[in-house]
Amino acid sequence: MQEPSIPDIIQLIPLKSYLILSTALFVIGILGVLIRRNAIVIFMSVELMLNSVNLLLIAFSSYKSDPSAQVFVFFIMAVAAAEVAVGLAIIVMIYRNTRTIDIGFLNKLKG
Amino acid sequence: MPVTLLVLIPLLPLIGFLINGIGFRHIPKGAVGLIGSLAALGSFAASVAVLLAFKEGGSQPMIVSLFDWIKVGELNIPFSFQVDQLSLLMLMIITGVGSLIHIYSIGYMKHDPGFGKFFSFLNLFLFFMLLLVLGSNYVIMFIGWEGVGLCSYLLIGFWNKNTDFNNAARKAFIMNRIGDLGFLLGIFTIIHAFGSVEYTEVFRQATGLPVGDHVVFAITMLLFVGAMGKSAQIPLYTWLPDAMAGPTPVSALIHAATMVTAGIYMVIRSNVLYTLAPETLEIVAVVGAVTAIFAASIGLLQNDIKKVLAYSTVSQLGYMFLGLGVMAYSASMFHVITHAFFKALLFLGAGSVIHAMSDEQDIRFMGGLRKKLPITFITFAVATWAIAGLPPFAGFFSKDEILAHAFEHNKLLWGIGVLGSALTSFYMFRLLFLTFFGSFRGTHEQEHHLHESPAAMTIPLVILALLSAVGGFIGVPEALGGTHQLAEFMSPLFDTARQVNPEAFAATALTHSEEWILMAVSVAVALIAAVIAYVMYISRSAVPAPESEARTGVENVVYHKYYIDELYDTVFVKPMKSLSGVLSSFGEFVIDLFVEGTGKLVKGLSNLGRQTQTGSIGYYVFAMVVGIVVILFWNLLLN
Repeated sequence: MQEPSIPDIIQLIPLKSYLILSTALFVIGILGVLIRRNAIVIFMSVELMLNSVNLLLIAFSSYKSDPSAQVFVFFIMAVAAAEVAVGLAIIVMIYRNTRTIDIGFLNKLKG
Repeated sequence: MPVTLLVLIPLLPLIGFLINGIGFRHIPKGAVGLIGSLAALGSFAASVAVLLAFKEGGSQPMIVSLFDWIKVGELNIPFSFQVDQLSLLMLMIITGVGSLIHIYSIGYMKHDPGFGKFFSFLNLFLFFMLLLVLGSNYVIMFIGWEGVGLCSYLLIGFWNKNTDFNNAARKAFIMNRIGDLGFLLGIFTIIHAFGSVEYTEVFRQATGLPVGDHVVFAITMLLFVGAMGKSAQIPLYTWLPDAMAGPTPVSALIHAATMVTAGIYMVIRSNVLYTLAPETLEIVAVVGAVTAIFAASIGLLQNDIKKVLAYSTVSQLGYMFLGLGVMAYSASMFHVITHAFFKALLFLGAGSVIHAMSDEQDIRFMGGLRKKLPITFITFAVATWAIAGLPPFAGFFSKDEILAHAFEHNKLLWGIGVLGSALTSFYMFRLLFLTFFGSFRGTHEQEHHLHESPAAMTIPLVILALLSAVGGFIGVPEALGGTHQLAEFMSPLFDTARQVNPEAFAATALTHSEEWILMAVSVAVALIAAVIAYVMYISRSAVPAPESEARTGVENVVYHKYYIDELYDTVFVKPMKSLSGVLSSFGEFVIDLFVEGTGKLVKGLSNLGRQTQTGSIGYYVFAMVVGIVVILFWNLLLN
């Protein structure tokens, strides 16, 4: 028996489940950003949101047999990698200057 | 008559002003004096030429139209010059005396850093003064009138690093402004009543009005208010004594010989209107007589050489208005001419003394100067003799003519005039004796420094002394066997006035013997006053008390000029200041309400908006998420 292709495997699970999963992941990400005060946790939550979108894009791509969404995913991953590099550097600098990564203290920009 | 020559008269000083005014930091001093004086002399030469042409042309008054100036509806104001006996006489005084004073200034102002500025202002003054007397309508006269006021202001405050001098300049300007308002209202009334401001047109229409017409009364009174300001009559005289803050040639030219006689010129120019308003003339005569004696009495006790002369000027101007008030127009003009000679001479002589005394002006520190300054002394003595009204010098003829007319008109005015003439004689001889006789009372340095002034200053003195001595012979009255050339020359000016009010111009009712008695009386009182001055200040060699010494009641009041300045300060200046303070704070309140209110409203609103910018990142993110959710829901609901 021929080994099933990845799109086929993806299609074993109904689209609805992907939608629920990625929405759940996205909401977890949002809540993490909104509620947590640790800069690194916030950062991870942002990544979670990005990846939930990635997941959704792949799912749609498979069901529609349209590869262009996969190109988007690659772009998102590349950009996210760059973003992580810069973001982590910023967090390191913040920690060096303030000895904390609690964003509650970073409120100098108020009007 | 050559028009170019006429235009050249005011144009030359204007050119001089422009050259010196624009380039006064770059033109060397010698050239500045030369340009300024040549402008004045050229203007004088042109005036003489115009006078000769005028006489050759049969003495016909003529109007030279230069260009159309203002045309509004029915009103047409051309820019034109009028040449007649009156403007020619004024031209001769202004340019003649003006030229002498320009030459004198070359010597007097030699060491002043503002030499060029001074000459440019003097030239500008000549320009405006010439415009004033040449104009053929009231509006051009008004330009000149305002212009000379401006130059007076600039020259009084010439040494503008001294606050007192600046205040004096401002005082002169503001006092004149009060008079100018009257003059301006007078012009408006003339436009309203006659629809024109041209002298010829106005007077032609005025001949149709009855004597004592109300409108004419209003016009003449308003014009007279202007004259009061410019010619320093009660109650607007207080600026003139303060105006002595300016350099001495300025006092001689502007505040003695020319500008202050503008009021008299204006009244003589409007003689038709004044003849139609006997009530105004009555007021003019009373104001003149009161000013004459009032100012003379203040002059009695002043110790500043220029202040004495300033009060003397106010007093002499009072005589001229007295003459105008009793309709002795030509006698007043006669006094304007002689006064220009001897008062300019007195001021220039005083300038020479001040120059020699290293800027000392207090006569208590002078004395015995006649040996060190012989030319100044002789010329000053001539002028004193002339102003005291002693024969045969100029002042005698002109003052006696005014007094004779006053006697004819009203004995009381004559009495005041004679008393004033006694006072004049006293304070002038007091000044002469204290300055030039006795022993020197100044410091050693000053005594060492004493010297006769340079030729540039003494030559004008000598010329003016000659004029003061013989100037009176142009108007020798018939009683003394003369023909009174001046009165004859000016006679055509009053033809129209004679037509409208013939009684006022009736030939003199005085017999020759009466005139002789009047002359004898005034000469006698002047002589007696001079003798009293001689006894007090030479025989007893009295010196006025120093500042610190207490004075008795009356003496104190007179010494402090009757406290008129203080009175004006309390009655007008202070209430005006507090009123403007109240208005200013009210205005500030209203303006604050709107202007600052707007600002405060914006600030308050933005303060509210500012609260949203907490600086907390979590808050911003939350706002962003909420925003996105709202937009999503919005889209869903719409579709």
